[in-house]
Amino acid sequence: MNTSFSRRLINTPCLIWSAIFIVVPLFIVLYYTFSDGNGGFTLQNIYELRLYKDVFVTSVIYALIATLICLILSYPFSYFLTKISVNSQKMTILLVMLPMWMNLLIKTYSWTVILDNNGVLNRILNLLGFESVKFMGTPAAVILGMVYDFIPYMILPIYTTISKIDNSLLEAASDLGSNAFSKLRRVVLPLSIPGVLSGITMVFVPSISTFYISQKLGNGMILLVGDIIETQFKIPNYPLGAAMSLVLMIFIIISIAVMNKFGDTDKGGIMI
Amino acid sequence: MIGENIVELKNISVSFDGEQILNGLNLDIKDKEFITFLGPSGCGKTTTLRLIAGFLEPDEGDIIFENQRINDVPAYKRQVNTIFQRYALFPHLNVYENIAFGLRVKKMKDKEIKEKVEEMLELVNLKGLGNRSIDTLSGGQQQRVAIARAIANRPKVLLLDEPLAALDLKLRKDMQKELKKIQQQLGITFVFVTHDQEEALTMSDRVIVMDDGKIQQIGTPQDIYNEPKNAFVADFIGESNILDGKMLKDFYVEFSGNKFDCLDKGFEKNELVDVVVRPEDVDIVPEDKGQLTGIVTSVAFLGVHYEIIVDIGGFKWMIQTTDEHFVDDKVGLYIEPDAIHIMKKSEYSGLYGDYSTYSEEMYEMNEINELAEEEAQ
Ligand SMILES: Nc1ncnc2c1ncn2[C@@H]1O[C@H](COP(=O)(O)OP(=O)(O)OP(=O)(O)O)[C@@H](O)[C@H]1O
Ligand SMILES: [Mg+2]
Repeated sequence: MNTSFSRRLINTPCLIWSAIFIVVPLFIVLYYTFSDGNGGFTLQNIYELRLYKDVFVTSVIYALIATLICLILSYPFSYFLTKISVNSQKMTILLVMLPMWMNLLIKTYSWTVILDNNGVLNRILNLLGFESVKFMGTPAAVILGMVYDFIPYMILPIYTTISKIDNSLLEAASDLGSNAFSKLRRVVLPLSIPGVLSGITMVFVPSISTFYISQKLGNGMILLVGDIIETQFKIPNYPLGAAMSLVLMIFIIISIAVMNKFGDTDKGGIMI
Repeated sequence: MIGENIVELKNISVSFDGEQILNGLNLDIKDKEFITFLGPSGCGKTTTLRLIAGFLEPDEGDIIFENQRINDVPAYKRQVNTIFQRYALFPHLNVYENIAFGLRVKKMKDKEIKEKVEEMLELVNLKGLGNRSIDTLSGGQQQRVAIARAIANRPKVLLLDEPLAALDLKLRKDMQKELKKIQQQLGITFVFVTHDQEEALTMSDRVIVMDDGKIQQIGTPQDIYNEPKNAFVADFIGESNILDGKMLKDFYVEFSGNKFDCLDKGFEKNELVDVVVRPEDVDIVPEDKGQLTGIVTSVAFLGVHYEIIVDIGGFKWMIQTTDEHFVDDKVGLYIEPDAIHIMKKSEYSGLYGDYSTYSEEMYEMNEINELAEEEAQ
């Protein structure tokens, strides 16, 4: 009884916190989704979402591409990182984490300075005798922004799982005849899957819901779910905005569930 | 059956961070023998195995395998397999796939792999457990998987780094027998590491006693026990009374204030030597019949025999006997010539005293344990 009381005491703030910051907002979203604006129940908002199907599809594609690029860049980077001296590893990880502590808006805004028609990159091109290239407003610029902003969330879990692999397992693999490539394929890759899965989730989720990156680097030419949700709340059309948010949220929850089913996350990955 | 040299270490030196770990090591390992490294923690046993396996390159010296220098051959190309101290089984693979690992790397056909793995499972008594995941196995079963995984590749040399250290006594005894059986059955050279001297003596064809990065003695278990080369070996293997003595002439030695016949020769006249007498080789006789006389200062009953400490002129001897004696008894000691072993003086001379602290050590250890228990409460 004593322990259960103290446990309740510890849990109480946590419960209150969850109630205020998670459950209440969820109910507000639910309420608006099914409200006609005058307090009545309606499915109209959900029905209206069909008009925005393309935006949803575009968002998924952009998020998938950004996630894939992050993965392709992060895996070799993390793998070779674990091969260098421990001190250099710590230093590099610090550098990887540094941008995470910087505001997302500022980071994204800096890219406009680089990619603008009169930006740093084009000036360099001009100096070298090339024509200016229009970067801003292209899908590539948006993807670049996503990759740049979110790649640390891919590197960290992958690096963590790879560096936690017991060195004696790698020695055992060599001992049993594996060269470097076969060690990577038969031991490192399978054992780092939990890290890869959490990396994918941690990049995919913010990529699919971002709106600032597409606005700034997409010059408003590229519409993502985040953008249209923002628009609805600015108009303001709360019920439609809430319906969009709800659908996006359900989609994200399903993706995370699928990811977690792929690998047991308790074997080294970071679960969110 | 034991054949030519299969592995030779020639003048090997290794240092880490400027600290010399192995120091001019020379060793021949013969084909099909069971050879054991025995030595205290940190003496360089694992380091030596890692050299042979290819995980470490020596600063100096050559590693020879079947008459070829293999210093530059990477681990994965060596015909040597290792059983690691903590097994290092692959957690993402089941028992079957762990054992099949080396065969898959060699691109063997599935059918052959299956036959081979089944054969290995049978050999190590794990039939039917192929589909189990590693973390559902007991320590002893994991040990067997590690053995099967290593020998599935039919290495010419198997390196075993304290493979039984984590097992309880009973299981360890069983595994000792099984390993020995497997070794004889397959005709593979076993290079075994342990710091359990009994294990080394019962299992090995030859034992290598190491200390401080140097080989102190190589020999059969009988040689090592009966003819230790120096005070370190005598003290490390079994119990020993180690005394200062003087070799008066061949077959005649003086120690503890008396003169004894012995079987050793080849020393200078009056050369100072270390004399070893094993506790079980001393006979306790009535006081007037002894070559030496003393007073019993402690008696401990250990089941098979008594362990008795006798004070002889200030030097405490340990004697193991099946006869009961009592503290403060005056007794005589009688030592047969073949119970006396003479060693040259070495850097270890004088480091190992008599048994005067023996019972006190036990007493202190008990006290420490009691203190720890009290604190835990
Ligand atoms: N990679 C390394 N870097 C620095 N020192 C090392 C390294 N490997 C081993 N040593 C040192 O070398 C010495 C011998 O180590 P080794 O592992 O060979 O001992 P061992 O005889 O196997 O001991 P144990 O019975 O405890 O396993 C130790 O002092 C150890 O600290
Ligand atoms: Mg060791």
